Amino acid sequence: MSINQSGWRPEMTVKGTDEAAPTFTGNKALMLEEALIFEIGSTETTGVEVAEPVTATSRLGNLARTAPIGLPGLSEPETVRHYTRLSRQNYAIDLGLFPLGSCTMKHNPRLNEKMARLPGFADVHPLQPVDTVQGALGVINELAVWLIELTGMHGVAMSPKAGAHGELCGILCIKAALEKRGEGYRKIVLVPESAHGTNPATAAFAGFQVEDIPATADGRVDTAALKARLGPDIAAVMITNPNTCGLFERDLKEISDAVHAAGGYVYCDGANFNAIVGRVRPGDLGVDAMHINLHKTFSTPHGGGGPGSGPVVLSEALAPFGPLPFTERHGDGHITLVEEETVEDRHPDSFGRMTAFHGQMGMFTRALTYILSHGADGLRQVAEDAVLNANYVLRSLEDVLDAPFGKAGPCMHEALFSDANLADGFSTLDVAKGLIDEGFHPMTVYFPLVVHGAMLVEPTETESKAALDQFIGALRSVAERAKAGDASLKSAPHFAPRARLDETLAARKPKLVWKEPAPVAQAAE
Amino acid sequence: MSRYFTQDHEWIDVDGETGTVGISDYAQSQLGDIVFVEVPEEGKSLSQGDDAAVVESVKAASDVYAPVSGTVIEGNAALADDSSLVNSDPEGEGWFFKITLSDASELDQLMDEQAYAAFVEKL
Amino acid sequence: MRYLPLTDHDRRDMLSVIGAASIDDLFVDVPEAARLDGPVHGLPNHASELSVERHMTALARQNTVAGEVPFFLGAGAYRHHVPASVDHLIQRGEFLTAYTPYQPEIAQGTLQMLFEFQTQVARLLGTDVANASMYDGSTACWEAIGMARRITKRGKAILSAGLHPHYVSVAKTMAKYTGDVLDTTSPWLVPDMDVDRLIEKIDGDTSCVVVQYPDILGRIADLKPLADACHANKALLIAVVTEPVALGAIRSPGEMDADIVVGEGQSLGVGLQFGGPYVGLFGCKEKYVRQMPGRLCGETVDADGRRGFVLTLSTREQHIRREKATSNICTNSGLCALAFSIHMTLLGEAGLRQLAATNHANAVAAAERLAKVPGVSLVNDAFFNEFTLDLGQEARPIVRALADKGVLAGVSLGRLYPGEAELANGLVVAVTETVTQEDVEALATAIEEVLA
Repeated sequence: MSINQSGWRPEMTVKGTDEAAPTFTGNKALMLEEALIFEIGSTETTGVEVAEPVTATSRLGNLARTAPIGLPGLSEPETVRHYTRLSRQNYAIDLGLFPLGSCTMKHNPRLNEKMARLPGFADVHPLQPVDTVQGALGVINELAVWLIELTGMHGVAMSPKAGAHGELCGILCIKAALEKRGEGYRKIVLVPESAHGTNPATAAFAGFQVEDIPATADGRVDTAALKARLGPDIAAVMITNPNTCGLFERDLKEISDAVHAAGGYVYCDGANFNAIVGRVRPGDLGVDAMHINLHKTFSTPHGGGGPGSGPVVLSEALAPFGPLPFTERHGDGHITLVEEETVEDRHPDSFGRMTAFHGQMGMFTRALTYILSHGADGLRQVAEDAVLNANYVLRSLEDVLDAPFGKAGPCMHEALFSDANLADGFSTLDVAKGLIDEGFHPMTVYFPLVVHGAMLVEPTETESKAALDQFIGALRSVAERAKAGDASLKSAPHFAPRARLDETLAARKPKLVWKEPAPVAQAAE
Repeated sequence: MSRYFTQDHEWIDVDGETGTVGISDYAQSQLGDIVFVEVPEEGKSLSQGDDAAVVESVKAASDVYAPVSGTVIEGNAALADDSSLVNSDPEGEGWFFKITLSDASELDQLMDEQAYAAFVEKL
Repeated sequence: MRYLPLTDHDRRDMLSVIGAASIDDLFVDVPEAARLDGPVHGLPNHASELSVERHMTALARQNTVAGEVPFFLGAGAYRHHVPASVDHLIQRGEFLTAYTPYQPEIAQGTLQMLFEFQTQVARLLGTDVANASMYDGSTACWEAIGMARRITKRGKAILSAGLHPHYVSVAKTMAKYTGDVLDTTSPWLVPDMDVDRLIEKIDGDTSCVVVQYPDILGRIADLKPLADACHANKALLIAVVTEPVALGAIRSPGEMDADIVVGEGQSLGVGLQFGGPYVGLFGCKEKYVRQMPGRLCGETVDADGRRGFVLTLSTREQHIRREKATSNICTNSGLCALAFSIHMTLLGEAGLRQLAATNHANAVAAAERLAKVPGVSLVNDAFFNEFTLDLGQEARPIVRALADKGVLAGVSLGRLYPGEAELANGLVVAVTETVTQEDVEALATAIEEVLA
């Protein structure tokens, strides 16, 4: 049966230009339109051959499926073509500089991919007897050791699935530690105004009340205001360092000491660890918990929105409360898992389990491969080159774009600009869309919220000087057009697979799944 | 019938013990295209300043607070089908809910049309 | 360093543009005391591809590879054959190295794929809508319980005895902080699921009933009476599917009127990977869509009127709602969702049904053979590709002994429910299309030898 019985196809209303007529297909040479699988597949087609079932009597009870499911199939060549065509409508690091501030879009080494696909890692079940998975546990254990060393912390929880999950892990450790001390009445978590939205969302989930900490004029946490707020109701402070304005929080050690003296804990959002890896250890700044986005600092691929991986390093004070499971290496080199079974003996204060199985093993393999490839000297060079590249962008563009904190000194791994210099009626969004036509993914826009019309550029260390110069030239050109009031920028992008999309329509009448269109009425004969 | 405004940009028309609540034209212009509105259920009792409704644009979600205390009589069902009414007629067809006032003296804390216009002017 | 393009010459030039004398000048904001002067303790310096590969390969060799031995493990992660083109396609850099599609004009590939994925998942689970994926099945299960609380404004969830113990464990951890009350119990080694028991427990305070299908012991049952009982009490039915291939053979939970259906999508496209990354599936009835966690992709048009896709309803998410968000989750499992979707497209309905039929037939044949081993009995009545054996003695040491003989026999209930004597004899055995008759014979023979 054809899934799409009406034979409907999306209408391709591609405009011609002065020189060229619209094409029949809607394609523009290598820019290829692609229909949905529901429009091109059928339920009878398959690209897989499965062995005929052995003869056996069904034991499905009365539950055998009778109704059609409506899943279209494609043969292998059609499948390869469909997804290859789709892939070409994406921007990616492999295509060019991807300056998304706070997201650390660095090159993803292919050795990582090769190692993660070794059958000894890829084709191993999480519940195999531990004697049959000593190498897999060894990867977790070895990565844990390096994460602890790189951050100067005491322990690490490996299982969180991504950054926000890691944040939750850290906050739950703090909650458990407070309860153990009989101080569950501490309900307030202080979060800087510039923090990523996951910080307050996480604290609120754990039952804390969130209070904002103001920023100073130079883009950092107002240490005096923070200290003045400390007291017996403060559970924790959540700080991002380097912060979301791309600046190092100079006072973090002083803040940590004050928070500890007041009986609270310090959570550090490690989203920007790439700027300091190998040069600064958060443990030396008094941090109690910090998640590490392996997909940022340690180069595991973003994959179009995950999977991530968010191990959390913990101070001596918080380590006993970390989640299950974790690995334990014994004197003879044998590695065991501390799970529900052994928790009472080995880890009685654990707050519990956050996910099935042991965490993002495939990401651990990649991250460990990356750490070993770079080594101690290479990782330090990573931080230095990331910071160098960002400062180079900052200083090369501050004459054309407003850099709100540019005068205050160097930035760390990302350069922050604002829309202050643009012509009336031109916004950060217009600059972003203009960059798309120049062949670049835009920078992070409208974040952090503390800067009006923020543009946050994080080039990362894997860009060459030539790539940076080309990007700087492109952004300069777009910024100059926005300052001159070039109206064509308002309708950019002009050369992307799609023009600006109607997000209002999408949200007012959500169409989240494909539905068979009503057959077009046949004209009466 | 008289109309009052809050500093959070809600308006309320009061007719006897019944009030009709919505958000001001200024508020809708700040929010941009409204894509979704969640109005309170009939019978819900609210204190002045409580979260009463939610209004969402593509990029923002805002709470609408109860300008006075009372019991909800009716939510505007038309907004479920067409949230754009809040943009096209915020102080008319785009009303959010009707409420029975439990304490009319609370209205004294609100602004009249003129005072609200002056308030918005300064923002 | 092979991943760092800057030369020393570049670095000097750039420092002079910046107006800094040395790289240290760029780190002036780091207090003296916090600067790490020497190398990180114990970590060797950079290494070549070849030497890293040697190190990693040595670690990989210490593991028993599922594909190299008779292999019967399931319990939430299943070994299926993944067509070669799946891994080829997900390694295309435009998918692998893209970010979350926040700039839709240059992310239509990811967005259209997610729209197709959402539709495939909704159809498979039998729900009206589905989201763009969650971390995994266990976190999706907890998010569903939270969603039921928001919808019903009640805080008591009743969990089936057949729900995966790790999923129960995750929910228990989270419920400590949200105040949800969870009614939980371990399973019994009996042929049927606990549907009747659950129906009896539902009352006016119940937010939801959570039931796994097929359950942890591989059992299946008609969920419609349970859904009816939930709805009569204005509670929601949440169904959890850890083996989506099953839905090619048995009725979907949505068809049986479940309100929210979540699942672990690892079976299709993703592979075992020692437990992660996997891909959480999340579908529900249309009327609850605004209470749904996670990212959603929706269809719209561009300024020229052409069809396109965007992330939508994002006001539910933390970057806008901050402390009022429906969930603190930020990431989905995009690349695993892509693998799932490609595998599903390759299968199509015909292929999925064939795959499911082969799994079931293999499992039935294996169950019948294994039940003939002296001392062994089959617990299940109905099942799909996984069933539970009662070995008549503690299963966990037997699993270890069989591993020593080169047979990965299944998951002992002693591993999943440590310390519970009534369950200790149970062995959960999964039989997919990757299992041969020789494998089954090897398992039967090995169990027989060990039991003797």
